[in-house]
Amino acid sequence: MATIDGPDFGERENYLNAGHGLKSWLLTVDHKRIALLYLISITFFFFIGGFFALLIRLELLTPAGELVQSDTYNKLFTMHGQVMVFFFLIPAVPAVLGNFLIPLMIGAKDLAFPRINLLSWYLYIIGGTLMVYTILNGGVDTGWTFYTPLSTEFVNTNVISAIIGIFFAGFSSILTGLNFIVTTHRMRAPGMTWSRLPLFVWAHYATSIIQVLGTPVVAITLVLVALERLFHLGVFNPALGGDPLLFQHLFWFYSHPAVYIMILPGMGIVSEIVCCFSRKRIFGYKAMTLAVVGIAVIGFLVWAHHMFVAGISVYAALIFSLLSYFVAVPSAIKVFNWTATMYKGSITYQTPMLYAFGFVGLFTIGGLTGLFLACLGVDVHVHDTYFIIAHFHYIMVGGMVMAYLGGMHFWWPKISGRMYPEGWGKLAALIVFVGFNLTFFPQFILGYMGMPRRYHSYPPEFQILNVLSTAGATILAVGYLLPMVYFVWSMRYGKPAPANPWNAAGLEWQTPSPPPTFNFDEEPVVTWEAYNYDEIGEIPEKEKEEVPVVH
Amino acid sequence: MSTSQVVVDEHAHENPALLHHFATAGQQKNAAGLGMWLFLAQEVMFFGGLFCAYLVYRYKYFADFGSASQQLDIRLGTTNTVVLICSSLTVVLAIRAVQLGKRMALVFWLVATILLGLAFLGIKADEYAEKFEKHHVPGASFSYHELLPGQEKLPAAERQYANPHHAEMFFSLYFAMTGMHALHMVIGVGLFGFLAYKGWRGKYTPDYYTPIENAGLYWHFVDIVWIYLFGLLYLIDRHR
Repeated sequence: MATIDGPDFGERENYLNAGHGLKSWLLTVDHKRIALLYLISITFFFFIGGFFALLIRLELLTPAGELVQSDTYNKLFTMHGQVMVFFFLIPAVPAVLGNFLIPLMIGAKDLAFPRINLLSWYLYIIGGTLMVYTILNGGVDTGWTFYTPLSTEFVNTNVISAIIGIFFAGFSSILTGLNFIVTTHRMRAPGMTWSRLPLFVWAHYATSIIQVLGTPVVAITLVLVALERLFHLGVFNPALGGDPLLFQHLFWFYSHPAVYIMILPGMGIVSEIVCCFSRKRIFGYKAMTLAVVGIAVIGFLVWAHHMFVAGISVYAALIFSLLSYFVAVPSAIKVFNWTATMYKGSITYQTPMLYAFGFVGLFTIGGLTGLFLACLGVDVHVHDTYFIIAHFHYIMVGGMVMAYLGGMHFWWPKISGRMYPEGWGKLAALIVFVGFNLTFFPQFILGYMGMPRRYHSYPPEFQILNVLSTAGATILAVGYLLPMVYFVWSMRYGKPAPANPWNAAGLEWQTPSPPPTFNFDEEPVVTWEAYNYDEIGEIPEKEKEEVPVVH
Repeated sequence: MSTSQVVVDEHAHENPALLHHFATAGQQKNAAGLGMWLFLAQEVMFFGGLFCAYLVYRYKYFADFGSASQQLDIRLGTTNTVVLICSSLTVVLAIRAVQLGKRMALVFWLVATILLGLAFLGIKADEYAEKFEKHHVPGASFSYHELLPGQEKLPAAERQYANPHHAEMFFSLYFAMTGMHALHMVIGVGLFGFLAYKGWRGKYTPDYYTPIENAGLYWHFVDIVWIYLFGLLYLIDRHR
């Protein structure tokens, strides 16, 4: 933690130098410091999850099982999924950027419940510790979905500790969402009306609704699985007439909306970045707000599209297929509106904007292939193949991780008070884009050709595409390591950041970088609409200049 | 949502309970109230998963659930329902007491609530013990040999017995649902113990009693869950 205390920013007190020592961090109730605690923790889990991904790709380099056999391979993809979904993707943007920015964006001194905010980090850490214990103790091999009766009756791996870990992480997520909803309702500065809220805040509001109403359902479902393993309660046990499909319904009732927990905050980030680097008001503000809320609501009604081949009735499948098409409408509205915002804007190509471009393109591919999967006939053909792996990685990694990195670059000057090296930033963005597409585009073809997911070996004719994919994963890993290196580097050696390096709209840019502990020296009063770039004008020339690449 | 932390702010001299990041006490109270209602919404979804599972299996194994439901002790269940409703009343009286600034009355009603909560848990434990004795606890030792509802009127040769697997399913849900409810009761009793201590120390005044009010909301929620559990587990087959 000492590196974060790092440089002294002159005489001015800010949230980083307001207190020193481990205790001032571990017992902080400042939302900005808690965001940094989360940043460190989720980065740790991102690299653990990424490590499993690399082992998977390494094994798939050759058709035969050279590196691991099926038992170990089952554990690898299970741990990759559980760590990435529950300990990285779900908390990533809300708990780091949302935590840091929502109070700043609405002009509040802190979240409504600062101590609950800290509690949710501790719950996350307890859950994370149990997850690490699970991994060290031999892992789980049920698949990240814990499908019954495999998870309740048959496997002998660490299902219980993984479930308890995820249960804690879930309640961390619920409390974060609860905090955000109350903060958005009750803590807005004078003049910050609902129609002036940045879309980032709207996106987090919609996300929080899903977190609060969806997560408890998976929590109780996993509790029932644990009770079934521990005390032989038989709610999902087929021997007692229990229905494994009930488990799948309950599981996906959360875990499909969870996809929107992962993508909606990314959409919020992209809205901010696109407006700033196009120097334009967002196209269709109201449609954008309705779209995020619409995605959150419709997203609750599509879960059974994960179960088209699991034995649900044709009638139910038909309804869920139709509803899954519906959720594409608000998603498309967002993509069209970002594009329309860029249209005739004065676009500059800084690093965050490169990530935003990447997001829009990759999210569109991921979304359109989602429509293939919502279509009953096609889904039966590509179900449980690499097509679906490619589809959701285009949303989760191509969409969400791109947006997360874009947001980290965009707000890094605010968070750290330092500029990141722009040249390295652009290079990393490019590497991530190339590496990502090389990893996952071949998987669409593999899946369409019929390569099933979750096998460690495959027929030799699939090898060339798998080699491409593994090569892409290696490039992607470099693209993810680079920002980590230069972010840490910039904390000490980066150019000090001005309050508003991008000349961006939004209250968070009107307080010094890094902000003081209570965010604003005087309570702000808002008299303008969000994204008033027609009043702000261009990015000042001196800020546009590239910071020279440091070798 | 209690406010034991030291407040360093210009408002500190006005109201010791006002936290630094709120502008007014009203804003703080509103935020805490909204947060509590959202927490309860979360709780509804949490129990909702259990109720959903119950619904599915009650529909699927209608008669077997009726038979198994007859095995629960309705006298104890009814007693517990009365105990819980009384405890909701004592919570309301506690809130009334703090609104009027009567410190000892507040403590009295909170302690009364705790005692009623403990009475509920004691009766519940007695019911659980009975299930163990009758081998109605799911698992290897589970055994069930009871008639389907209404069969006792038939000649002995024609009587049909409930499917023991489906009865085990009923008892699985019974233990999961009442167990989860009892866990909430334990948390509530602990919470009221904490609040009673703080109230005895004079922490809560007519100007600031949000924790009492929110804990009361929680307690009413747990009470309402029990009302549903009582109906679904004890009463579904008592009409014959």
